[in-house]
Amino acid sequence: MTDTALPGTIPTATTRPLIAGADHPIVAFCGRLLREKPLGAIGGVIFVVFLFCGLFADVLAPYAANETNMAARLQAPSLSHWLGTDHLGRDLLSRVLIGAQLSMMVGFLAAGLATVVSIVLGLLSGYLGGKVDMAIQRVVDAWMIFPDLLLLIVVVSIVGSGMPQIVIVLGLLYGIGGSRIVRGGVLTVRETMYTHAAQSMGARTLYILWYHILPNVMPVVIVLFTTRVGAAILAEAGLSFLGLGVPPPAPTWGGMLSGDGRTYMYMAPWLAIAPGVCLTLVVFSVNIFGDALRDLLDPRMRGSR
Amino acid sequence: MSEAIAASGAPALLRVENLSVRFRTDRGMVRAVDGVSLHVHAGETLAIVGESGSGKSVTALSLLRLIGDNGEIEQGRILFDGVDLGRLSGAEMRKVRGNRIAMIFQEPMSSLNPVLTIGKQVAEPLVLHQGLSWQAARKRAVELLARVSIPDPVDRLDSYPHHFSGGMRQRVMIAMALACDPKLIIADEPTTALDVTVQAQILALLKALTRETGAAQILITHDLGVVARYADRVAVMYGGRVIESASARELYANPKHPYTQGLMASVPSLDSDPGRPLQTIPGQPPDLANLPPGCAFAPRCAYARDLCRQGKPPLESIGPQHERACYGYE
Repeated sequence: MTDTALPGTIPTATTRPLIAGADHPIVAFCGRLLREKPLGAIGGVIFVVFLFCGLFADVLAPYAANETNMAARLQAPSLSHWLGTDHLGRDLLSRVLIGAQLSMMVGFLAAGLATVVSIVLGLLSGYLGGKVDMAIQRVVDAWMIFPDLLLLIVVVSIVGSGMPQIVIVLGLLYGIGGSRIVRGGVLTVRETMYTHAAQSMGARTLYILWYHILPNVMPVVIVLFTTRVGAAILAEAGLSFLGLGVPPPAPTWGGMLSGDGRTYMYMAPWLAIAPGVCLTLVVFSVNIFGDALRDLLDPRMRGSR
Repeated sequence: MSEAIAASGAPALLRVENLSVRFRTDRGMVRAVDGVSLHVHAGETLAIVGESGSGKSVTALSLLRLIGDNGEIEQGRILFDGVDLGRLSGAEMRKVRGNRIAMIFQEPMSSLNPVLTIGKQVAEPLVLHQGLSWQAARKRAVELLARVSIPDPVDRLDSYPHHFSGGMRQRVMIAMALACDPKLIIADEPTTALDVTVQAQILALLKALTRETGAAQILITHDLGVVARYADRVAVMYGGRVIESASARELYANPKHPYTQGLMASVPSLDSDPGRPLQTIPGQPPDLANLPPGCAFAPRCAYARDLCRQGKPPLESIGPQHERACYGYE
């Protein structure tokens, strides 16, 4: 953990970024990401592009997502419809963009909920230990017996399909599973000298959890979040493909793949290609971005930059 | 110094009576501390000396009731400033920790949280115990850092621990310990991880600062050289018990327990013959899970008799300010 420069690297002005304010930690981190993990940086850029499309889909989409035009059914990509149209004459580009919005919402909300659940359960279980740990871990064990998709299908068939229930179920599913990973990190941090030192200084449990434990498991939490975004998007697409996701006519990528995409696969292949490529790209990009983050945020690497 | 304080008849700041601590382990109950009695007066430095596993660190941690989920104070009283710490509630005990009794650990490289700034960590005890705002505590932190001789304390507030060397980090730990003007500072091997020259600086700093504030100090160490220079009184621990206790001067001049004598003999001195091999104490330190029924040192003791293997010798006074736990060999 010494901060001596590696032999051969000379800390001169040339190694410093040229942009003003470049010593800000976030800017410095992005620089590191570009230099050390170019593939991860590409993933990050692709993901941000999709995120941007999702955020501004209402502005970017040339047509309303459900605006039908029977005169222009199943058209191939053209200047007026960049990605073609479906069997009701709806503009595919607009639908893919609004689909990105839905996917991002499900992804971020579910991953956000999952992260909160993981942090709360993981911190309590890992730090308090003993009977609390025992109780929480047995519940987690029991929960993890059920396959994800099965649980989703059961819940959706009981309460009906819709975005809120999908987000909640996915959030709980990933959150409870992920609490194991947070707990593992907490167990390590709990036994460090600085935690003992904080205890010997008379800090309350909540204070120690918030100021000493949580910041030190953040690398794990960030990676957990990014991978769960991808997983939640994929799970939602899977559910929509089965007709159990966000109900039509909402333009979900999974729904587009299974409905028009399959029916008209030979007549109008673009109907399946566009949402399929989007789904693949998003999940792929968020995963390689998450991997790069994990490598860069690894505590063993910290301070060795 | 200790004689003068003791002679004045003032009650001890800290009095530990017959303390026993045990831990649940996979191999059954382990008694790490077995009937330890200690006392420290205000302004005095008591050194607790012993090898690894002698129970010295556990004794210190149990003073703050920080012995973990599997540890338990079996019996004994800890009287601090007239209050029985064993009877305090968890919340009351938290007000003692870091505020009235502060602790410094042996690993300065890992005792500071790597993701928080130095300023934040030094300010922490002030926010916790004196109800200061983070901003006010930050200002006090500058003074504290200056007091432990950290250069440019204002600029250092926003540094992270990895910018600091081991000695600097231990200075930060001392600043944190001093933040609330504690009456007692427990330093658990504060210099083991440091260079020899830095060790001397840190110990001198601790000594000067405790003298300035009139705080008492418990210095836990296995380094007899440190004891000789910085301690007023010494308690030697072996196998979870105090086996000899005396003023530092007396203990060096006149060690009475065979184990202490062995320790003294194993310290090389400048005028000893360089070709002579170092003296050692034969045998292994005792396994706490499996202590002999009698004196824990008996298996390694040249003078051991049947009596020693049957019962534990009590700590008895053998002179002014000098106690030992031994059936005698004279």
